[in-house]
Amino acid sequence: MLESVLVANRGEIARRVIKTVRRMGIRAIAVYSEADAELPFVREADEAVLLGPAAPARSYLDIEAVIGAARQTRARAVHPGYGFLAENPSFAARVIAEGLAWVGPPPAAIQQMGDKISARNLMERAGLPVAAGSRAPVTDASAAVAEAERLGYPVMVKAAGGGGGIGMSAAADAAELRAAFETARSRAERFFGNPAILLERYIGRARHVEIQILGLADGSVVALGERDCSAQRRHQKVAEETPSPGLAAGLRDAMLAAAVRAGQAVGYRGAGTVECLVDTAAQDFVFLEMNTRLQVEHPVTELVTGIDLVEQQLLIAAGLAVTFDPGAVALNGHAIELRVYAEDPRRFLPSPGKIISWNEPSGPGIRVDAGYAAGNEVTTFYDPLLAKLCVHGGSREAAIARAREAVAAFVITGPKTNLPFLAELLASREFASGDYDTSVIARLRPGMG
Amino acid sequence: MTEIRAEMVANVWKVVAAAGEQVRDGDTLVILESMKMEIPVLAEGDGILTNLAVAEGDVVQEGDLIAVIG
Repeated sequence: MLESVLVANRGEIARRVIKTVRRMGIRAIAVYSEADAELPFVREADEAVLLGPAAPARSYLDIEAVIGAARQTRARAVHPGYGFLAENPSFAARVIAEGLAWVGPPPAAIQQMGDKISARNLMERAGLPVAAGSRAPVTDASAAVAEAERLGYPVMVKAAGGGGGIGMSAAADAAELRAAFETARSRAERFFGNPAILLERYIGRARHVEIQILGLADGSVVALGERDCSAQRRHQKVAEETPSPGLAAGLRDAMLAAAVRAGQAVGYRGAGTVECLVDTAAQDFVFLEMNTRLQVEHPVTELVTGIDLVEQQLLIAAGLAVTFDPGAVALNGHAIELRVYAEDPRRFLPSPGKIISWNEPSGPGIRVDAGYAAGNEVTTFYDPLLAKLCVHGGSREAAIARAREAVAAFVITGPKTNLPFLAELLASREFASGDYDTSVIARLRPGMG
Repeated sequence: MTEIRAEMVANVWKVVAAAGEQVRDGDTLVILESMKMEIPVLAEGDGILTNLAVAEGDVVQEGDLIAVIG
């Protein structure tokens, strides 16, 4: 087994990975920026190395600094978490070249899936349904208008090298498209260093449903159920649940089988997620993208399967067998994750600041993955995720009831948080009915979603 | 005269307008950035931008003056 793992991330995900690493008896090494020195993940690691100043480019995105920390601590493996360097094929290749185990898929799989256009073309060849869209990057606004006329409005404009909903918007006509194109291109360049843009036919009433896959050390690929991530604001997820209340059994089976084919097509190893859009009226789906890493919302899968996904990632990276029987994965009950963000609950605007008090709920069926504690400063440098409140129940109704109680019991003072909004979402008739789509939050907050 | 102030702690990412310029209600004056989100600061009314109090790279606190429209 691996002797030590360097966790190249911060906040809740670094803390969550460190927890499993230590439980397995492996030495956990944290890296951190000056802004994060006081956060729990730094304290909970066996060793911690300062990378540099707060700005991500000078700390968590600085490949040389991370590799330097790995050498200094004689780390044997690197777990990248999500975001930052997790989907950077050059970083993965560099880790491997240093003689370390990379806790993730082969760099070639990251590369193939990292560009949304090449991923879409590859998945289409592997027999997955894809949305009508660009087969090559769209380079200017006029080309975008021509492409949209071919596809038919409305269209979705996306950064080919992007993620996290950044730079993404829908356009109903040529004027909206020109504006959306310029916004997408400037953000694509700024956030992802890649100006390539793609267009896809926009699906109106859609659910965002993703499949968790694991590529095992023996080369086989297994699907571990789905997650419904339709509750989004600004194309970023707010609440996720499994099973999805919007899939008939036949459609679920077809999606799980397609996700396994997607993984096989790129020789996948480790944990990955195949994201799809489900047309709720037609009950069919299209491939959206593949995330070649552990997903933020992975805890809901862990709650219904009883499988620790980080443990499987580490075993696979070490070339070992997983802890469960891939032919007999049982899904029990229903799980919901609620993302607690440092943002005002009316307009969803960022709200950094010092955390005065932090009281999180606990008890049967409740799991909180938190990145912060009382006394910590939430800075402007990183995303606003404070914690993930996850609940498990025997049924969807039981899980929602538990979630309502847990949200009411979660008290954070200092920065504003979206907890009051999460309570509203859980109380809304649309969410409670299960019959919701990606516009559910926009309907609760017109103009803000 | 309208004073436009920051609604939150943020970094000034882009200054779009220039002092002395004629602006219209809803025009983007400055784009702030906080927690990986861009927050445009808009003109609240028509007029001349008599003062632009921030520069790119500045950090603004909640309530700090960003611009004045005369």
